[in-house]
Amino acid sequence: MRQRLALGLVILVIALFCAAAIFAGKIAPFAPEDQELCAGLAGPSHWHWLGQDKLGRDVFSRMLYGARVSLLVGVSVVLISALVGFWVGALAGALGGMVDQLIMRVIDLLMAFPGILLAIALVAVLGPGLGNVILALSVLGWVGYARLVRAQVLVEREKAYFESARALGAGRLRLIFRHLAPNVSGPVLVQASFGLAGAVLSEASLSFLGLGSQKMPSFGSLLSHGINFLRTAPHLTIFPGLAVFLLVVSFNLLGDFLGDYLRVEDKGRGR
Amino acid sequence: MRSYLLRRLLWFFPVLLGVSLLVFFFIHMIPGDPVSVMLGEAARPGQAEALRHRLHLDQPLYVQLALFFSDLVRGKMVSIFFAQPVFEVIVPRLSATLELAFCSMLLAVLIALPLGIVSALKKNSRVDFFSRVFSLAGVSVPNFWLGPLLIIFFSIILGWLPVSGRGGLSHLVLPSLTLGMAMAGLLSRISRASMLEVLAAPYLMSGRARGLSEWSVILRHALRNALIPILTVIGLQFGGLLSGAFITETIFAWPGIGRLLINAVFTRDFPLVQACVLVIAASYLTVNLLVDLCYAWVDARVRLGRER
Repeated sequence: MRQRLALGLVILVIALFCAAAIFAGKIAPFAPEDQELCAGLAGPSHWHWLGQDKLGRDVFSRMLYGARVSLLVGVSVVLISALVGFWVGALAGALGGMVDQLIMRVIDLLMAFPGILLAIALVAVLGPGLGNVILALSVLGWVGYARLVRAQVLVEREKAYFESARALGAGRLRLIFRHLAPNVSGPVLVQASFGLAGAVLSEASLSFLGLGSQKMPSFGSLLSHGINFLRTAPHLTIFPGLAVFLLVVSFNLLGDFLGDYLRVEDKGRGR
Repeated sequence: MRSYLLRRLLWFFPVLLGVSLLVFFFIHMIPGDPVSVMLGEAARPGQAEALRHRLHLDQPLYVQLALFFSDLVRGKMVSIFFAQPVFEVIVPRLSATLELAFCSMLLAVLIALPLGIVSALKKNSRVDFFSRVFSLAGVSVPNFWLGPLLIIFFSIILGWLPVSGRGGLSHLVLPSLTLGMAMAGLLSRISRASMLEVLAAPYLMSGRARGLSEWSVILRHALRNALIPILTVIGLQFGGLLSGAFITETIFAWPGIGRLLINAVFTRDFPLVQACVLVIAASYLTVNLLVDLCYAWVDARVRLGRER
């Protein structure tokens, strides 16, 4: 019962963030760039629920747009990484031999490189911006998925249903699409949930360092602005950070719940 | 064991070479002319040509590659901003980052290990619940938020600790807590899981049946075996601390290599960016190698399994 309540709460938080991101233009009481210089650094009030920044911009409105950037980057990075990772992993696992060896050595090489460091280096050379952040985070993002899918494929291809499909003359593409994909999608989904948490955190980190989107406000850039006013306006730091924390905790918990659910399902099937 | 060590060592060098190649090509990924990007609009006449020559960008690609490795090995890579060899700039900063990473690791271990173990021993109790919440919060809290929160509370409200800079032990507390929190979260989770697994093992029951005290069973038998995966995570996370310290260093104005890298990005000092990335990646690889070797030394299943 408690588990269900917690899961409901997690889904509610994620849904609220998604709604904020999609309907930011309609929900936001002020435009994100609207300035009110005489009210700079004002704390939370009836009109400005989460206060105003140095230029008098409404923090709540900017956070709604920040959710859009965070989720856009998170979902894009996870989609690109999962798709690329699935294909590479499925090919390595299904083909085996030299192809598998080659792919695994490339994966080992890439895994040896700290991900966020490569992202910083790539954004440094390509220039800041939303597209470059997505690209930089996806360059290494697919590696984990590829490894996971390959391991799953190695297990699945030993099972009877796969052997029978092969014996019936199914081609490689059909084997991968019709038979392997549905059976390896569970662990990929769990990984994607944790991946969303990681991507949101990485995007916020890059924006915090000034390497994220320069045109739209994001949680990281709001925090980076707020850190200069810790004494006078702590609300500029507290609220955007709380939003990132809530989003990341929710995705991590969702991953945990999905993992538990799949384990129970697996045990059920094993009986 | 020997063949495992040899294989692991032999794999280290191609990976390092691959990382160096990646770093070499960074400068060629810059859209447009890298020299114009580095110098900006305020470049004096002739300055662009001089820099192009200094970075060997006026040579064919294969010559550039050879000269890059030659400069790297001889320590001749020069920072544009500091106008001195990059390694002279990096070495003092690397020691600051190592100091921070080591203290963060120590703090994380001191917090997480007892918490994880007690949590496993008292499964489903309040301590266990607190430990699980702590580990989830630890891995989810962004350090660019935790750092400022700690500053607000401990430095601004209570006035107990300095806000930033590198100095005595008091300067280390907040940055270490900020950097070590994620590791503490992960470590308490791993310690709990590992301890729970060991506690369910039959050999503990036989220990109890032989009349050993509960403490002896836990400390001498359970903990000893549970420590193997914990040690691996500690080692691997130490590499992560080295490569992920840049945000903490930026928040607390800690003069480490991470902050140097971020400053180099903004001053468009690409030779320094390349050198920082390479040094951090090499440190990360070295730590991972040492952890793997230690793991093989501690756990016979690894070395024997690999040899078979």
